Amino acid sequence: MQQILKGKAFVYGPNIDTDQIYPGRFLDLTDPDQVGKHAMEGADPNFVKEVQPGDLIVASTNFGCGSSREHAAVTLKAAGVGAILADSYGRIFYRNAINLGVPLIVCPGVSQQVKRGDSLSVDLTTGTVTNETSGVSLQAQPLSDYVMNILASGGIKPLIKQQYGQA
Amino acid sequence: MHAIEKILAKAAGKAAVTTGEIVNCKVDMAGINDLYLQTLRSFFEMGGKKVHDPNKLVVFLDHYAPASTIMQADNQKQFREFCWEQGIDLLMDVDQGVCHQVMVDKGLVYPGQVLVITDSHTTIHGAFGAFGTGVGATDLAIIMVTGQLWFRIPEIIRIHLDGTLPHGVFAKDVILKVIGALGADYGVYRGVEFTGPVLKQLSVSERMALCNMTTELGAKTAYIQPDEITLEFLQGKVKHEYEVFITDPGYQYAAEHTFDVTGMTPQIAAPHSVDNVAPVAKYAGIPVNQAFLGTCTGGRAEDLAIAAKILQGKKINPRTRFIVVPASKAVLLEAMENGTMKTLVEAGATFVTPGCAACLGTHEGMLAAGEVCITASSRNFPGRMGSNKANIYLGSPAAVAAAALTGKIVDPTEYLK
Repeated sequence: MQQILKGKAFVYGPNIDTDQIYPGRFLDLTDPDQVGKHAMEGADPNFVKEVQPGDLIVASTNFGCGSSREHAAVTLKAAGVGAILADSYGRIFYRNAINLGVPLIVCPGVSQQVKRGDSLSVDLTTGTVTNETSGVSLQAQPLSDYVMNILASGGIKPLIKQQYGQA
Repeated sequence: MHAIEKILAKAAGKAAVTTGEIVNCKVDMAGINDLYLQTLRSFFEMGGKKVHDPNKLVVFLDHYAPASTIMQADNQKQFREFCWEQGIDLLMDVDQGVCHQVMVDKGLVYPGQVLVITDSHTTIHGAFGAFGTGVGATDLAIIMVTGQLWFRIPEIIRIHLDGTLPHGVFAKDVILKVIGALGADYGVYRGVEFTGPVLKQLSVSERMALCNMTTELGAKTAYIQPDEITLEFLQGKVKHEYEVFITDPGYQYAAEHTFDVTGMTPQIAAPHSVDNVAPVAKYAGIPVNQAFLGTCTGGRAEDLAIAAKILQGKKINPRTRFIVVPASKAVLLEAMENGTMKTLVEAGATFVTPGCAACLGTHEGMLAAGEVCITASSRNFPGRMGSNKANIYLGSPAAVAAAALTGKIVDPTEYLK
């Protein structure tokens, strides 16, 4: 797993629910590439046109609240999002994203310090977030060992497969 | 320890647990919804061949009941075949209704149970003193492989409901008031327990509405201490043995809030956030294109009966459509047998298949751009029920029926005299 992530920021406000991240009318899709085409469609129709692999989502509080749909994590991963930084997250979305190996970083006040298009770098080990466009640095909560282990394994599936996979 | 902690401790095989601790719990029942074929994909991706225990899994074909596209039909087909291959007898097909109501109707929920479903509103089962929580597809697949899942022992918030509920004010109004006061992220990662004299004024159906909506506070789970109302309801329904856990005296809640409901008026959550709550008077007069009554939040027999009381012998406003979704087959049958369905259909209601219907924005009552809907369901997010240029207001089943009658948002209390 990469320790330092770099990417361009897409910035959103509070309470971005999973219907906005991935609208309900596309829930019958299962192929990640297809799912990825509708990322953030309810909140920001331009997102999929502009996002580049490794780009970062920055949000205020309660990002990913609402429905349990794992599609919300799948779509962001498939669209190439490298990590998400927010004040707080909806709890089911948090588990879903970590399970898929997408780093979710709790960084209070981050959405106030970043504008859309700013270049950020994130050190996953120390939790240091640097806005390279403005020069401002922020300290995020470091990821727990439990979460780091899942991320380092490329998500929870390889871990479970190794432990419990049936021959 | 709190009763929730005792439930999780027992499931983890431990004598005691503490707040913040991560424990691996045996799951008593796990449910999968038809939206999430990813659950089966994740099961196979993790090397799954046979499920850990087919008797502890239930599959609900509820969100797309019945399928309205070929892809939905194909997803449901894969679920059915999986159940047949794996010996999962609890396949709830498209005739059965919303997962949560089906669980209750079939006597599958009981106090002290650890219940995990791929639906965020699994908090509803706190109404029975169960630990109910929603997860995503891969977490559920982990249960399918291992029979267990990890949980962080949550802080518990106590919401004390004091006073006497006025006529025409319902559990939905109370919980909207609470969410409006505390905010949509107040309960994130935490459990919510309801206490107080108001609970004795609430039926099991109303308690379910209360616990259901704690998801909109962000809560991980909800809890109401089982009492004679709970146990009487479960009598004869539940075959499984169960244990009622009781919180130790002196347990320290992470926070406590008291709401006095005496003198409260009906509440409305306005677009586009569940915590954007005000008394109904603030929005009175707004014309309504669609009134939506149903779902796991507001589609039980009592909810339909309240609507029938308002609409008895009357016709809905010709410019308003009134979509009614019974939460389950049992609810539909009850509404047929007691005449509620006839009253509502004669008044102009459009009945659709028991299930989730338009609450998740896929079928059976979608909204066009610029339209206004008042709904007894749980969410008014942008685009939740169709166009993201539609406006969704949340209210009680009574408020929905009164809006269907008058064609606008009104205080329902005067129609319940």
